[in-house]
Amino acid sequence: MRILVQEAPFELGAESDAFAAGVAGAGAVVTFTGVVRDADQGGLQAMEIEHYPGMTEKALTAIAEEACKRWSLADALVIHRHGRLAPGERIMMVATAARHRKDAFEAAEYLMDYLKSRAPFWKKEILSGGGADWVAAKDADEDALKRW
Amino acid sequence: MDILYFAWVRERIGLPREQVQTTAATVNELVAELRDREERYAAAFADLSALRVALDQELSEFDAPLDGVREVAFFPPMTGG
Repeated sequence: MRILVQEAPFELGAESDAFAAGVAGAGAVVTFTGVVRDADQGGLQAMEIEHYPGMTEKALTAIAEEACKRWSLADALVIHRHGRLAPGERIMMVATAARHRKDAFEAAEYLMDYLKSRAPFWKKEILSGGGADWVAAKDADEDALKRW
Repeated sequence: MDILYFAWVRERIGLPREQVQTTAATVNELVAELRDREERYAAAFADLSALRVALDQELSEFDAPLDGVREVAFFPPMTGG
């Protein structure tokens, strides 16, 4: 299990390859990547991501440990960036490996659902026309936890 | 006790962390003390349903006791991913 919280960009290909190489016998590897989307047709200049150093790593580790208990995983990886990101930049990735794809897919979804509303990150949209808005949490994100 | 603020709570109060001497027994009592300090605190803590609290870096509740707690953090619902 590997948890990385960092400001620097990460290489998706290199991280995916390294993860897959470490679980060669697993058979199923799922990766998900979150990217800064430009929701408002050119209106977004940047996304600022704030986090709670110390608690972030603990929360992500606890979420990944819980995923490893619930599903039969060979390994799990979470990388989440903070700081100022431009549209199109990768914010985060998760990867899961298992013998069978159902475990890998479900565990990846679980990791995503939980890290969205239980890991201490906050996004702020910096708008091209000036001004900035904190992204509000969605009820749907909280509801998504209920299915687990 | 260290108190930390994040996201718009930090912006509204105007600082990321501070040390507070308090005899508050619960988070709710601490919030009441902070609200009474200044308007910016009252504004930040106006609607507790819009806030979350962590005690020593674990998510908690506003009625939780503060016995032995060293670090309290207030922030809006999280928006990672």
